[in-house]
Amino acid sequence: MWYWNAPKLVFGDGAVDYLEQIKGTKAFIVTDEVMEKLGFVEIVSKKLSKSKIEVKVFNEVEPDPSVQTVKKGGEICSEYKPDIIIGLGGGSAMDSAKAIDFIYEQPDMKLEDLSPFVSFKLHQKCKLIQIPTTSGTGAEVTWAVVLTDVKERRKLLLASREIIADVAIIDPIFPAKMPPSLTASTGIDALTHAIEGYVSIWRNIYSDAMCIKATQLVFENLEKAVKNGSDMVARENMHNAATIAGLGFGNSQAGIAHSMGHSVGAVFHKPHGFCVGVALPYIMEYEILAADEPKKMFAELGRQALAIEEKDDLKASKILVKKVRELLKATGAPLSYREMEISSEDFEKNFDLVVANADMDSCTSTTRPMPSKEDFQKLFKAAFDGKALTL
Amino acid sequence: MVKFGSEEWGKQFCQKLNESEAYNKAAETWEGDFVFVMEFEDGTKEVRLYVDLWHGKCRGTAIVGSDKEAEFIMSGSYSNWVKVAKKELDPIQGLMTGKFKLEGDMAKIMRATKAAVELVNCVTEVENVEF
Repeated sequence: MWYWNAPKLVFGDGAVDYLEQIKGTKAFIVTDEVMEKLGFVEIVSKKLSKSKIEVKVFNEVEPDPSVQTVKKGGEICSEYKPDIIIGLGGGSAMDSAKAIDFIYEQPDMKLEDLSPFVSFKLHQKCKLIQIPTTSGTGAEVTWAVVLTDVKERRKLLLASREIIADVAIIDPIFPAKMPPSLTASTGIDALTHAIEGYVSIWRNIYSDAMCIKATQLVFENLEKAVKNGSDMVARENMHNAATIAGLGFGNSQAGIAHSMGHSVGAVFHKPHGFCVGVALPYIMEYEILAADEPKKMFAELGRQALAIEEKDDLKASKILVKKVRELLKATGAPLSYREMEISSEDFEKNFDLVVANADMDSCTSTTRPMPSKEDFQKLFKAAFDGKALTL
Repeated sequence: MVKFGSEEWGKQFCQKLNESEAYNKAAETWEGDFVFVMEFEDGTKEVRLYVDLWHGKCRGTAIVGSDKEAEFIMSGSYSNWVKVAKKELDPIQGLMTGKFKLEGDMAKIMRATKAAVELVNCVTEVENVEF
Protein backbone atom coordinates (compact mmCIF):
# COMPACT_ATOMS: atom_id res chain seq x y z
CA MET A 1 0.00 0.00 0.00
CA TRP A 2 1.30 3.42 -0.92
CA TYR A 3 -0.05 6.82 -1.96
CA TRP A 4 0.39 9.10 -4.93
CA ASN A 5 0.28 12.74 -3.91
CA ALA A 6 0.14 15.62 -6.34
CA PRO A 7 -1.41 19.08 -6.51
CA LYS A 8 -3.55 20.29 -9.37
CA LEU A 9 -1.07 21.38 -12.05
CA VAL A 10 -1.58 24.42 -14.26
CA PHE A 11 1.24 24.52 -16.79
CA GLY A 12 2.44 26.10 -20.00
CA ASP A 13 2.69 29.59 -21.42
CA GLY A 14 0.21 31.87 -19.66
CA ALA A 15 -0.43 29.45 -16.79
CA VAL A 16 -0.13 32.31 -14.30
CA ASP A 17 -3.41 33.70 -15.71
CA TYR A 18 -5.06 30.97 -13.64
CA LEU A 19 -4.80 33.40 -10.71
CA GLU A 20 -7.44 35.55 -12.40
CA GLN A 21 -9.92 32.70 -12.04
CA ILE A 22 -9.48 31.73 -8.40
CA LYS A 23 -11.89 32.58 -5.64
CA GLY A 24 -10.82 34.15 -2.35
CA THR A 25 -10.51 37.40 -0.43
CA LYS A 26 -6.98 37.70 0.98
CA ALA A 27 -3.70 36.27 -0.33
CA PHE A 28 -0.43 36.07 1.58
CA ILE A 29 2.57 35.88 -0.76
CA VAL A 30 5.69 34.25 0.66
CA THR A 31 8.73 35.28 -1.36
CA ASP A 32 12.08 37.07 -1.31
CA GLU A 33 13.38 40.49 -2.30
CA VAL A 34 14.81 39.26 -5.61
CA MET A 35 11.34 38.21 -6.76
CA GLU A 36 10.11 41.74 -6.07
CA LYS A 37 13.01 43.30 -7.98
CA LEU A 38 12.37 41.01 -10.95
CA GLY A 39 8.75 42.18 -11.02
CA PHE A 40 7.32 38.71 -10.31
CA VAL A 41 5.45 39.81 -7.19
CA GLU A 42 3.83 42.56 -9.24
CA ILE A 43 2.79 40.09 -11.96
CA VAL A 44 1.14 37.82 -9.40
CA SER A 45 -0.45 40.69 -7.46
CA LYS A 46 -2.00 42.14 -10.63
CA LYS A 47 -3.50 38.79 -11.55
CA LEU A 48 -4.95 38.45 -8.06
CA SER A 49 -6.37 41.97 -8.15
CA LYS A 50 -8.40 40.94 -11.22
CA SER A 51 -10.02 38.37 -8.94
CA LYS A 52 -10.54 41.16 -6.37
CA ILE A 53 -8.19 39.46 -3.94
CA GLU A 54 -6.32 41.62 -1.44
CA VAL A 55 -2.57 40.92 -1.18
CA LYS A 56 0.02 41.05 1.58
CA VAL A 57 3.65 40.21 0.80
CA PHE A 58 6.20 38.60 3.11
CA ASN A 59 9.49 39.05 1.26
CA GLU A 60 11.98 38.08 3.94
CA VAL A 61 12.77 34.53 2.88
CA GLU A 62 16.53 34.05 2.63
CA PRO A 63 18.46 31.30 0.80
CA ASP A 64 18.48 28.24 3.10
CA PRO A 65 15.58 29.70 5.13
CA SER A 66 15.86 29.49 8.89
CA VAL A 67 13.29 28.31 11.40
CA GLN A 68 13.26 31.84 12.81
CA THR A 69 12.30 33.36 9.44
CA VAL A 70 9.35 31.06 8.88
CA LYS A 71 8.14 31.56 12.44
CA LYS A 72 8.17 35.31 11.83
CA GLY A 73 6.29 34.79 8.57
CA GLY A 74 3.85 32.52 10.40
CA GLU A 75 3.09 35.22 12.98
CA ILE A 76 2.46 37.87 10.32
CA CYS A 77 0.31 35.44 8.32
CA SER A 78 -1.72 34.51 11.40
CA GLU A 79 -2.48 38.17 12.07
CA TYR A 80 -3.43 38.76 8.43
CA LYS A 81 -5.73 35.70 8.24
CA PRO A 82 -5.54 34.95 4.49
CA ASP A 83 -7.63 32.36 2.69
CA ILE A 84 -4.84 31.85 0.13
CA ILE A 85 -1.10 31.41 0.71
CA ILE A 86 1.17 31.67 -2.32
CA GLY A 87 4.76 30.48 -2.39
CA LEU A 88 6.59 32.43 -5.11
CA GLY A 89 10.25 31.71 -5.80
CA GLY A 90 12.64 28.81 -5.61
CA GLY A 91 12.64 26.00 -3.08
CA SER A 92 13.37 28.33 -0.18
CA ALA A 93 10.25 30.46 -0.76
CA MET A 94 8.00 27.49 -1.49
CA ASP A 95 9.19 25.44 1.50
CA SER A 96 8.77 28.53 3.69
CA ALA A 97 5.22 28.89 2.37
CA LYS A 98 4.48 25.30 3.45
CA ALA A 99 5.90 25.91 6.91
CA ILE A 100 4.02 29.21 7.28
CA ASP A 101 0.82 27.47 6.20
CA PHE A 102 1.37 24.88 8.95
CA ILE A 103 1.99 27.54 11.62
CA TYR A 104 -1.14 29.41 10.51
CA GLU A 105 -3.32 26.31 10.41
CA GLN A 106 -1.98 24.71 13.59
CA PRO A 107 -1.05 27.55 15.98
CA ASP A 108 -0.92 25.25 18.99
CA MET A 109 1.68 22.93 17.49
CA LYS A 110 5.43 23.32 17.27
CA LEU A 111 6.86 23.55 13.75
CA GLU A 112 9.14 20.63 14.62
CA ASP A 113 6.03 18.46 15.10
CA LEU A 114 5.34 18.51 11.35
CA SER A 115 5.68 14.81 10.65
CA PRO A 116 4.37 12.31 8.11
CA PHE A 117 3.25 10.06 10.97
CA VAL A 118 0.56 12.42 12.29
CA SER A 119 -2.75 13.68 10.89
CA PHE A 120 -3.19 17.46 11.16
CA LYS A 121 -6.26 18.35 9.06
CA LEU A 122 -4.50 21.13 7.19
CA HIS A 123 -5.88 23.40 4.46
CA GLN A 124 -8.95 24.22 6.54
CA LYS A 125 -8.23 27.96 6.72
CA CYS A 126 -6.59 28.52 3.35
CA LYS A 127 -5.48 27.12 0.01
CA LEU A 128 -1.79 26.77 -0.80
CA ILE A 129 -0.64 27.74 -4.30
CA GLN A 130 2.98 27.27 -5.34
CA ILE A 131 4.62 29.14 -8.22
CA PRO A 132 8.21 28.06 -8.96
CA THR A 133 10.49 30.65 -10.53
CA THR A 134 13.43 28.27 -10.93
CA SER A 135 13.47 24.89 -12.67
CA GLY A 136 14.80 22.33 -10.26
CA THR A 137 13.57 22.15 -6.71
CA GLY A 138 10.26 20.38 -7.30
CA ALA A 139 9.06 21.93 -4.03
CA GLU A 140 5.87 23.01 -5.80
CA VAL A 141 4.69 19.39 -5.81
CA THR A 142 6.46 17.79 -2.84
CA TRP A 143 5.37 17.52 0.78
CA ALA A 144 8.74 18.06 2.40
CA VAL A 145 9.98 21.24 4.05
CA VAL A 146 13.72 21.84 4.28
CA LEU A 147 14.74 24.54 6.74
CA THR A 148 18.09 25.39 8.30
CA ASP A 149 18.79 25.04 12.00
CA VAL A 150 21.25 27.94 12.22
CA LYS A 151 22.36 27.08 15.75
CA GLU A 152 23.21 23.45 15.00
CA ARG A 153 24.37 24.15 11.40
CA ARG A 154 22.27 21.42 9.87
CA LYS A 155 19.20 21.06 7.70
CA LEU A 156 15.92 20.35 9.40
CA LEU A 157 13.74 18.03 7.31
CA LEU A 158 10.02 18.21 8.03
CA ALA A 159 7.34 16.42 6.07
CA SER A 160 3.64 15.74 5.87
CA ARG A 161 1.51 14.65 2.94
CA GLU A 162 -1.03 17.22 4.09
CA ILE A 163 1.30 20.16 3.47
CA ILE A 164 1.34 19.58 -0.29
CA ALA A 165 0.03 22.47 -2.40
CA ASP A 166 -3.53 22.56 -3.70
CA VAL A 167 -2.32 24.06 -6.97
CA ALA A 168 1.09 24.41 -8.65
CA ILE A 169 1.46 26.93 -11.47
CA ILE A 170 4.25 25.94 -13.87
CA ASP A 171 4.65 28.96 -16.14
CA PRO A 172 7.89 29.31 -18.17
CA ILE A 173 7.71 33.09 -17.91
CA PHE A 174 9.30 32.91 -14.46
CA PRO A 175 12.53 30.97 -15.13
CA ALA A 176 13.05 32.68 -18.52
CA LYS A 177 15.67 35.11 -17.25
CA MET A 178 17.60 32.86 -14.90
CA PRO A 179 21.36 33.36 -15.34
CA PRO A 180 23.35 30.36 -16.66
CA SER A 181 24.77 29.34 -13.27
CA LEU A 182 21.35 29.29 -11.60
CA THR A 183 19.89 27.46 -14.60
CA ALA A 184 22.64 24.85 -14.23
CA SER A 185 22.45 24.40 -10.46
CA THR A 186 18.66 24.09 -10.37
CA GLY A 187 18.63 21.82 -13.41
CA ILE A 188 21.22 19.53 -11.83
CA ASP A 189 19.00 19.43 -8.73
CA ALA A 190 16.15 18.18 -10.94
CA LEU A 191 18.42 15.52 -12.45
CA THR A 192 19.46 14.36 -8.98
CA HIS A 193 15.80 14.10 -7.94
CA ALA A 194 15.01 12.02 -11.02
CA ILE A 195 17.94 9.61 -10.63
CA GLU A 196 17.66 9.21 -6.86
CA GLY A 197 13.88 8.90 -7.01
CA TYR A 198 14.29 6.03 -9.46
CA VAL A 199 16.53 3.96 -7.14
CA SER A 200 14.87 4.77 -3.80
CA ILE A 201 13.59 1.84 -1.75
CA TRP A 202 10.18 3.53 -1.92
CA ARG A 203 10.14 3.70 -5.73
CA ASN A 204 6.91 2.58 -7.35
CA ILE A 205 5.48 2.21 -10.81
CA TYR A 206 4.14 5.79 -10.85
CA SER A 207 7.31 7.43 -9.56
CA ASP A 208 9.37 5.38 -12.03
CA ALA A 209 7.44 6.85 -14.95
CA MET A 210 8.08 10.38 -13.71
CA CYS A 211 11.77 9.81 -13.01
CA ILE A 212 12.44 8.29 -16.43
CA LYS A 213 10.72 11.18 -18.27
CA ALA A 214 12.42 13.82 -16.13
CA THR A 215 15.86 12.26 -16.70
CA GLN A 216 15.25 12.26 -20.44
CA LEU A 217 14.07 15.90 -20.46
CA VAL A 218 17.02 17.12 -18.40
CA PHE A 219 19.56 15.41 -20.62
CA GLU A 220 17.88 16.79 -23.74
CA ASN A 221 17.36 20.36 -22.54
CA LEU A 222 19.57 21.49 -19.67
CA GLU A 223 22.71 22.22 -21.66
CA LYS A 224 20.65 24.13 -24.24
CA ALA A 225 18.95 26.21 -21.54
CA VAL A 226 22.29 27.01 -19.88
CA LYS A 227 24.06 27.98 -23.11
CA ASN A 228 21.16 29.80 -24.73
CA GLY A 229 18.82 31.25 -22.10
CA SER A 230 16.50 32.58 -24.81
CA ASP A 231 15.73 29.05 -26.03
CA MET A 232 12.22 29.01 -24.60
CA VAL A 233 11.52 25.46 -25.75
CA ALA A 234 14.44 24.25 -23.63
CA ARG A 235 13.37 26.54 -20.78
CA GLU A 236 9.81 25.23 -20.78
CA ASN A 237 10.96 21.62 -21.03
CA MET A 238 13.29 22.15 -18.07
CA HIS A 239 10.51 23.83 -16.07
CA ASN A 240 8.26 20.84 -16.67
CA ALA A 241 11.15 18.41 -16.07
CA ALA A 242 11.72 19.88 -12.60
CA THR A 243 8.06 19.44 -11.66
CA ILE A 244 7.94 15.93 -13.13
CA ALA A 245 11.10 15.00 -11.19
CA GLY A 246 9.47 16.49 -8.08
CA LEU A 247 6.46 14.23 -8.59
CA GLY A 248 8.86 11.30 -9.03
CA PHE A 249 11.11 11.65 -6.00
CA GLY A 250 8.34 13.27 -3.96
CA ASN A 251 6.37 10.04 -4.22
CA SER A 252 9.38 7.80 -3.65
CA GLN A 253 12.30 9.50 -1.87
CA ALA A 254 15.58 11.26 -2.44
CA GLY A 255 18.79 9.48 -1.54
CA ILE A 256 22.27 10.02 -0.16
CA ALA A 257 23.31 12.65 -2.72
CA HIS A 258 20.72 14.69 -0.84
CA SER A 259 22.07 13.59 2.54
CA MET A 260 25.49 14.82 1.47
CA GLY A 261 24.15 17.92 -0.27
CA HIS A 262 22.00 18.96 2.70
CA SER A 263 25.00 18.60 4.97
CA VAL A 264 27.42 20.56 2.79
CA GLY A 265 24.80 23.24 2.11
CA ALA A 266 24.06 23.80 5.79
CA VAL A 267 27.72 24.12 6.76
CA PHE A 268 29.21 25.96 3.77
CA HIS A 269 26.12 27.78 2.40
CA LYS A 270 26.58 26.83 -1.25
CA PRO A 271 23.84 26.41 -3.92
CA HIS A 272 21.74 23.35 -3.15
CA GLY A 273 21.72 22.07 -6.74
CA PHE A 274 25.51 21.99 -6.94
CA CYS A 275 25.80 20.50 -3.44
CA VAL A 276 23.70 17.48 -4.46
CA GLY A 277 24.96 17.45 -8.06
CA VAL A 278 28.61 17.11 -7.05
CA ALA A 279 27.68 14.13 -4.90
CA LEU A 280 25.52 12.44 -7.55
CA PRO A 281 28.14 10.54 -9.61
CA TYR A 282 30.00 9.44 -6.47
CA ILE A 283 26.93 8.03 -4.77
CA MET A 284 26.03 6.26 -8.01
CA GLU A 285 29.49 4.66 -8.05
CA TYR A 286 29.18 3.75 -4.37
CA GLU A 287 25.79 2.10 -4.90
CA ILE A 288 26.93 0.29 -8.06
CA LEU A 289 29.92 -1.10 -6.17
CA ALA A 290 27.98 -2.00 -3.05
CA ALA A 291 25.06 -4.05 -4.39
CA ASP A 292 23.51 -5.62 -7.47
CA GLU A 293 20.07 -4.00 -7.23
CA PRO A 294 21.13 -0.34 -7.69
CA LYS A 295 23.40 -1.37 -10.55
CA LYS A 296 20.43 -2.97 -12.32
CA MET A 297 18.25 0.08 -11.68
CA PHE A 298 20.83 2.59 -12.96
CA ALA A 299 21.31 0.43 -16.05
CA GLU A 300 17.56 0.26 -16.59
CA LEU A 301 17.19 4.03 -16.14
CA GLY A 302 19.95 4.62 -18.69
CA ARG A 303 18.26 2.32 -21.19
CA GLN A 304 14.79 3.81 -20.70
CA ALA A 305 15.68 7.50 -20.52
CA LEU A 306 18.78 7.78 -22.67
CA ALA A 307 18.46 4.81 -25.01
CA ILE A 308 21.72 3.29 -23.75
CA GLU A 309 21.91 0.04 -25.71
CA GLU A 310 24.48 -1.80 -23.56
CA LYS A 311 22.99 -5.06 -22.24
CA ASP A 312 25.48 -5.68 -19.43
CA ASP A 313 24.20 -3.95 -16.27
CA LEU A 314 27.61 -2.91 -14.94
CA LYS A 315 28.68 -1.44 -18.27
CA ALA A 316 25.31 0.29 -18.78
CA SER A 317 25.34 1.79 -15.29
CA LYS A 318 28.91 3.04 -15.82
CA ILE A 319 27.80 4.71 -19.06
CA LEU A 320 25.05 6.51 -17.14
CA VAL A 321 27.56 7.77 -14.55
CA LYS A 322 29.82 8.96 -17.38
CA LYS A 323 26.92 10.79 -19.01
CA VAL A 324 26.06 12.48 -15.70
CA ARG A 325 29.65 13.73 -15.37
CA GLU A 326 29.61 14.92 -19.00
CA LEU A 327 26.39 16.85 -18.39
CA LEU A 328 27.78 18.44 -15.23
CA LYS A 329 30.85 19.54 -17.18
CA ALA A 330 28.85 20.77 -20.19
CA THR A 331 26.70 22.99 -17.97
CA GLY A 332 29.64 24.44 -16.07
CA ALA A 333 28.63 22.68 -12.87
CA PRO A 334 31.40 21.78 -10.41
CA LEU A 335 32.63 18.19 -10.34
CA SER A 336 34.01 18.38 -6.81
CA TYR A 337 33.35 20.28 -3.60
CA ARG A 338 36.84 21.78 -3.91
CA GLU A 339 35.65 23.49 -7.12
CA MET A 340 32.87 25.14 -5.10
CA GLU A 341 35.43 27.35 -3.38
CA ILE A 342 35.52 25.35 -0.18
CA SER A 343 39.09 25.36 1.11
CA SER A 344 40.85 22.20 2.27
CA GLU A 345 41.28 23.73 5.72
CA ASP A 346 37.62 24.61 6.06
CA PHE A 347 36.55 21.22 4.76
CA GLU A 348 38.83 19.33 7.16
CA LYS A 349 37.78 21.51 10.09
CA ASN A 350 34.11 20.69 9.47
CA PHE A 351 34.60 17.14 8.20
CA ASP A 352 33.20 15.30 11.24
CA LEU A 353 30.13 17.55 11.38
CA VAL A 354 29.46 17.14 7.65
CA VAL A 355 29.74 13.35 7.92
CA ALA A 356 27.58 13.15 11.06
CA ASN A 357 24.83 15.31 9.56
CA ALA A 358 24.73 13.25 6.36
CA ASP A 359 24.61 10.05 8.41
CA MET A 360 21.60 11.36 10.39
CA ASP A 361 19.77 12.74 7.34
CA SER A 362 16.43 11.05 6.74
CA CYS A 363 17.32 10.50 3.05
CA THR A 364 20.02 8.08 4.25
CA SER A 365 17.53 5.69 5.78
CA THR A 366 15.72 5.13 2.48
CA THR A 367 18.86 4.27 0.55
CA ARG A 368 20.00 0.66 0.06
CA PRO A 369 22.68 -0.24 0.77
CA MET A 370 22.50 2.19 3.68
CA PRO A 371 25.97 3.70 4.06
CA SER A 372 27.90 3.64 7.32
CA LYS A 373 29.70 6.67 8.71
CA GLU A 374 32.92 5.23 7.27
CA ASP A 375 31.26 5.02 3.84
CA PHE A 376 30.26 8.68 4.11
CA GLN A 377 33.84 9.59 5.02
CA LYS A 378 35.06 7.90 1.83
CA LEU A 379 32.32 9.51 -0.24
CA PHE A 380 33.00 13.02 1.06
CA LYS A 381 36.76 12.66 0.53
CA ALA A 382 36.19 11.45 -3.04
CA ALA A 383 33.66 14.19 -3.78
CA PHE A 384 35.92 16.88 -2.32
CA ASP A 385 38.97 15.83 -4.31
CA GLY A 386 37.02 14.92 -7.45
CA LYS A 387 38.39 11.38 -7.53
CA ALA A 388 35.97 8.84 -8.96
CA LEU A 389 35.37 5.64 -7.02
CA THR A 390 36.90 2.73 -8.90
CA LEU A 391 34.34 0.61 -10.70
CA MET B 1 10.92 -21.94 18.77
CA VAL B 2 10.11 -18.62 20.38
CA LYS B 3 6.66 -17.01 20.15
CA PHE B 4 6.75 -13.64 18.39
CA GLY B 5 6.09 -10.80 20.80
CA SER B 6 6.61 -12.95 23.90
CA GLU B 7 8.84 -12.19 26.89
CA GLU B 8 11.45 -14.63 25.53
CA TRP B 9 11.25 -13.10 22.04
CA GLY B 10 11.84 -9.69 23.65
CA LYS B 11 14.99 -10.97 25.34
CA GLN B 12 16.35 -12.38 22.09
CA PHE B 13 15.51 -9.13 20.27
CA CYS B 14 17.38 -7.21 22.97
CA GLN B 15 20.38 -9.50 22.53
CA LYS B 16 20.35 -8.96 18.75
CA LEU B 17 20.35 -5.19 19.32
CA ASN B 18 23.34 -5.43 21.62
CA GLU B 19 25.22 -7.65 19.17
CA SER B 20 24.55 -5.38 16.19
CA GLU B 21 27.47 -3.09 15.45
CA ALA B 22 25.36 -1.26 12.88
CA TYR B 23 22.62 -0.53 15.47
CA ASN B 24 25.17 0.37 18.15
CA LYS B 25 26.73 2.98 15.85
CA ALA B 26 23.49 4.32 14.35
CA ALA B 27 21.91 4.78 17.79
CA GLU B 28 25.00 5.84 19.73
CA THR B 29 23.37 9.11 20.83
CA TRP B 30 19.83 7.75 21.23
CA GLU B 31 18.16 8.07 24.63
CA GLY B 32 14.58 6.90 24.83
CA ASP B 33 12.39 3.93 25.60
CA PHE B 34 9.60 2.39 23.55
CA VAL B 35 6.45 0.41 24.10
CA PHE B 36 5.55 -1.65 21.04
CA VAL B 37 1.85 -2.47 21.10
CA MET B 38 0.66 -5.48 19.11
CA GLU B 39 -3.10 -5.37 18.74
CA PHE B 40 -4.96 -8.56 17.93
CA GLU B 41 -7.51 -8.23 15.15
CA ASP B 42 -10.46 -9.37 17.28
CA GLY B 43 -9.79 -6.46 19.64
CA THR B 44 -9.93 -8.63 22.73
CA LYS B 45 -6.32 -8.36 23.80
CA GLU B 46 -2.98 -6.84 23.03
CA VAL B 47 0.70 -7.42 23.78
CA ARG B 48 2.73 -4.46 25.05
CA LEU B 49 6.48 -4.95 24.81
CA TYR B 50 8.62 -2.42 26.68
CA VAL B 51 12.12 -1.85 25.24
CA ASP B 52 14.66 0.30 27.06
CA LEU B 53 17.11 1.80 24.54
CA TRP B 54 20.13 3.85 25.58
CA HIS B 55 23.19 4.95 23.58
CA GLY B 56 23.09 2.13 21.06
CA LYS B 57 22.32 -0.57 23.58
CA CYS B 58 19.22 -2.37 24.78
CA ARG B 59 19.08 -2.23 28.58
CA GLY B 60 16.16 -4.61 28.87
CA THR B 61 12.70 -5.62 27.68
CA ALA B 62 9.51 -6.66 29.44
CA ILE B 63 5.88 -7.41 28.76
CA VAL B 64 4.04 -4.58 30.47
CA GLY B 65 0.54 -3.37 31.22
CA SER B 66 -1.21 -0.34 29.78
CA ASP B 67 -0.09 1.79 32.73
CA LYS B 68 3.59 1.57 31.74
CA GLU B 69 4.75 4.88 30.30
CA ALA B 70 7.48 5.31 27.69
CA GLU B 71 8.81 8.14 25.57
CA PHE B 72 7.46 6.50 22.41
CA ILE B 73 4.50 4.20 21.88
CA MET B 74 4.19 2.48 18.51
CA SER B 75 0.98 0.54 17.89
CA GLY B 76 -0.20 -1.70 15.10
CA SER B 77 -2.08 -4.87 14.38
CA TYR B 78 -0.36 -8.15 15.21
CA SER B 79 -0.49 -9.15 11.54
CA ASN B 80 1.31 -5.98 10.49
CA TRP B 81 3.99 -6.53 13.15
CA VAL B 82 4.45 -10.03 11.74
CA LYS B 83 4.89 -8.52 8.26
CA VAL B 84 7.62 -6.24 9.63
CA ALA B 85 9.38 -9.20 11.26
CA LYS B 86 9.24 -11.10 7.96
CA LYS B 87 10.58 -8.05 6.03
CA GLU B 88 7.30 -7.81 4.13
CA LEU B 89 6.47 -4.32 5.41
CA ASP B 90 8.76 -1.32 5.85
CA PRO B 91 7.69 0.06 9.25
CA ILE B 92 8.30 3.68 8.20
CA GLN B 93 6.03 3.16 5.20
CA GLY B 94 3.65 1.47 7.63
CA LEU B 95 3.61 4.60 9.78
CA MET B 96 3.09 6.81 6.75
CA THR B 97 0.13 4.80 5.53
CA GLY B 98 -1.59 4.53 8.90
CA LYS B 99 -0.85 0.84 9.46
CA PHE B 100 1.06 1.87 12.60
CA LYS B 101 0.52 4.76 14.98
CA LEU B 102 3.34 6.51 16.78
CA GLU B 103 3.08 8.70 19.86
CA GLY B 104 6.04 10.72 21.09
CA ASP B 105 8.44 13.48 20.07
CA MET B 106 8.25 13.43 16.26
CA ALA B 107 11.19 15.79 15.78
CA LYS B 108 13.39 13.44 17.80
CA ILE B 109 12.35 10.34 15.89
CA MET B 110 12.83 12.07 12.52
CA ARG B 111 16.48 12.65 13.43
CA ALA B 112 16.95 8.96 14.19
CA THR B 113 15.58 7.23 11.11
CA LYS B 114 18.83 5.37 10.46
CA ALA B 115 18.78 3.95 13.98
CA ALA B 116 15.13 2.96 13.43
CA VAL B 117 16.07 1.03 10.29
CA GLU B 118 18.84 -0.83 12.13
CA LEU B 119 16.47 -1.55 15.02
CA VAL B 120 14.01 -3.15 12.61
CA ASN B 121 16.82 -5.14 11.01
CA CYS B 122 17.39 -6.67 14.45
CA VAL B 123 13.67 -7.56 14.70
CA THR B 124 14.08 -9.59 11.54
CA GLU B 125 17.22 -11.34 12.84
CA VAL B 126 15.57 -13.12 15.76
CA GLU B 127 15.66 -16.79 14.72
CA ASN B 128 13.26 -19.73 15.07
CA VAL B 129 10.24 -17.51 15.57
CA GLU B 130 6.71 -18.89 15.77
CA PHE B 131 4.16 -16.44 14.42
